[in-house]
Amino acid sequence: MLDIKNLHVKLEDEGREILKGLTLSVKPGEVHAIMGPNGSGKSTLSYVLAGREGYEVTDGTATLKGEDLLALEPNERAAKGLFLAFQYPIEIPGVATMQFLKVALNAQRKARGEKELSVPEFMRLVKDKAQQLNVTQEMLKRPVNVGFSGGEKKRAEILQMAVLEPKLCILDETDSGLDIDALRVVAEGVNALRAPDRAMVVITHYQRLLDYIVPDVVHVMANGRIVRTGGKELARELEAKGYAEYVEAAE
Amino acid sequence: MADQDTIDLVKDIDVDKYKYGFTTDIEQEFAPRGLSEEVIRFISAKKNEPQWMLDWRLEAYRVWQTMVEPTWAKVSYPKIDFQSLYYYAAPKAVTGPKSLDEVDPKLLETYAKLGIPLKEQEILAGVRQQGEKSTLDEEGAGATTPVAVDAVFDSVSVVTTFKAELAKAGVIFCSISEALRDHPELVKKYLGSVVPQGDNFYAALNAAVFSDGSFVYVPPGTRCPMELSTYFRINAKNTGQFERTLIIADKGAYVSYLEGCTAPTREETQLHAAVVELIALEGAEIKYSTVQNWYPGDKDGKGGVYNFVTKRGDCREAHAKISWTQVETGSAITWKYPSCILRGDHSRGEFYSIAISNGRQQVDSGTKMIHLGKHTSSRIISKGIAAGRSDNTYRGLVSAHRKALHARNFTQCDSLLIGDKCGAHTVPYLEAKTSTAQFEHEATTSKISDDQMFYVMSRGLSEEEAVALIVNGFVRDVLQQLPMEFMAETQKLIGISLEGSVG
Ligand SMILES: Nc1ncnc2c1ncn2[C@@H]1O[C@H](COP(=O)(O)OP(=O)(O)O)[C@@H](O)[C@H]1O
Ligand SMILES: [Mg+2]
Repeated sequence: MLDIKNLHVKLEDEGREILKGLTLSVKPGEVHAIMGPNGSGKSTLSYVLAGREGYEVTDGTATLKGEDLLALEPNERAAKGLFLAFQYPIEIPGVATMQFLKVALNAQRKARGEKELSVPEFMRLVKDKAQQLNVTQEMLKRPVNVGFSGGEKKRAEILQMAVLEPKLCILDETDSGLDIDALRVVAEGVNALRAPDRAMVVITHYQRLLDYIVPDVVHVMANGRIVRTGGKELARELEAKGYAEYVEAAE
Repeated sequence: MADQDTIDLVKDIDVDKYKYGFTTDIEQEFAPRGLSEEVIRFISAKKNEPQWMLDWRLEAYRVWQTMVEPTWAKVSYPKIDFQSLYYYAAPKAVTGPKSLDEVDPKLLETYAKLGIPLKEQEILAGVRQQGEKSTLDEEGAGATTPVAVDAVFDSVSVVTTFKAELAKAGVIFCSISEALRDHPELVKKYLGSVVPQGDNFYAALNAAVFSDGSFVYVPPGTRCPMELSTYFRINAKNTGQFERTLIIADKGAYVSYLEGCTAPTREETQLHAAVVELIALEGAEIKYSTVQNWYPGDKDGKGGVYNFVTKRGDCREAHAKISWTQVETGSAITWKYPSCILRGDHSRGEFYSIAISNGRQQVDSGTKMIHLGKHTSSRIISKGIAAGRSDNTYRGLVSAHRKALHARNFTQCDSLLIGDKCGAHTVPYLEAKTSTAQFEHEATTSKISDDQMFYVMSRGLSEEEAVALIVNGFVRDVLQQLPMEFMAETQKLIGISLEGSVG
């Protein structure tokens, strides 16, 4: 599904290298966790995959289902099935969340040559998914992320993911700012989306989330590289020992 | 939903293509080129006007000759040679508005092409199509209701639809030429009573040469049964369009009126200097909406319409209300300040504006709220969007007279910049001569952030679609003031006007 080979990325402004030869391969149906200390480049990786500006890829490749991701516009990547749940979701004043969902879904469907959904079809689609994530109708009428609490923002991100039904989901610190109940709701929403033809990359700083979203593979990222890969037990080990040894080794 | 349509439309359109830029090939009759007493007499005679009307025009012309063009607006353009223009052009076959069956098919075709199917509209009326009702939000497509249209082609009104239905309710809706003929006492009483002949340079010019426009009178206690609208079309070359609109809502009456405008793509500048006068008597309400989409010129601003317009409403008696909503997307230059004189106690004025400028467009627009009566209130919400190399100025005056006890105003001016070669300016003037006045002013300037663009695009929208969506969100408060029938259309227009603004 996702294949990243020897990816080198630097900041366009400063020229500082953030990703320093990162390699990662995720197969359909798998859930991979990427854990690592703050500043190790986890968000940078997610942004580069989603196509944010401000980064320069100096070496390496990243493909989605064999197709070169890095040559595409962000919206083209989305239409091909990539979804990033943002660490800090962005406010879009005046655009109702429901309207945003519909415009986004239909833009993607259109790009893929699929028929756009009518209003009733769309309503049916959203209703159940919203309920599952404790997203009220009232919240759907509010402008995208404007005045949302931390938990609401994260639930809204997962709702977008559920509605857009991507092939590759990247979740960046989706657990940050959530209390335990909210975390459970979000995790259930994510687990409901696990499917044989869908892959997930769950970025997190803490092991806590992985109690609820149990990964198949855990990677440790430090200083712009994957420095260790293991099974789900690796998360517990990290929780106990911290990242110090990896950070030192990576420097 | 309309945003999807916006997006589709933007996609379908080449950059730099003004959709309404075609010309109608039709035989026209012109007044001699240039401006003189003879030309004014010619226009007046063409219209079989009474002597008082001719005298009124000549008076305006004399005043105009003593005036100079205003230069205080933040717009710049080469000097206009007023003698090089034609002041009257009319399709030859038209001697006055007729019934639809008699109208030149070429004209009907023109309006159909502009999305104003006059004939079909009338046929469909009463059928009342049920649109797909959306529960998504309040702006879902509702039922389609008929709209009465007065179509003005260059200098004359070619047809007014739904006249008979309106007459049943006692509403007069016709061209101003007809009103002069059929209701001269009303015209004489109200014409120039809000915008006098010598009000300003362009208003004086208009008073001298205005050729047509719409007239509305809603009798006491009557709620006008449908939306009224006028559609202005410039077609002839080198011809100024000077229409004059006069709307009177008698005691307790209500009317909602919408004006739309387009012009062909041309090499030469096209001049448009309209005057609109609104009069609301006791407890009456007038809602006046404009969707202005005159040709903005090519990418260097060449050939666009110079839009120098005077619009003013008079809340002449107590508890009257006048509300202006404008969506300004076209014209090379816009110079326009729809205003309210709040004369009656407890009267209310509103101004809701979306002004979009792209390319080389220059917009200097805003409002004046003049509080004269006690407990008068006003509200101003202005959303300016500047893209390309355009300049976008909000200029607004709020004043309270010594006797305007407890006058209240709330003003909110938001500007949005797209790119870094455009300019947005806010110029508020506040004058309170009574300490009981409460004026509140808020202003913001923002840019579409890279983060917003990335977020929206990462959900599947292209760059232009993302801009259209974010801008539609930005103007939402004002968009909601438009009559339902025009909201979707306007959302599309916003997308189209911003094409080529990114990348
Ligand atoms: N757009 C950016 N501009 C400036 N610095 C950035 C940008 N993106 C990332 N960085 C820097 O790159 C490094 C890695 O950051 P980040 O990818 O956010 O790490 P993580 O998500 O693992 O905490 C940090 O030093 C951060 O300051
Ligand atoms: Mg991060």
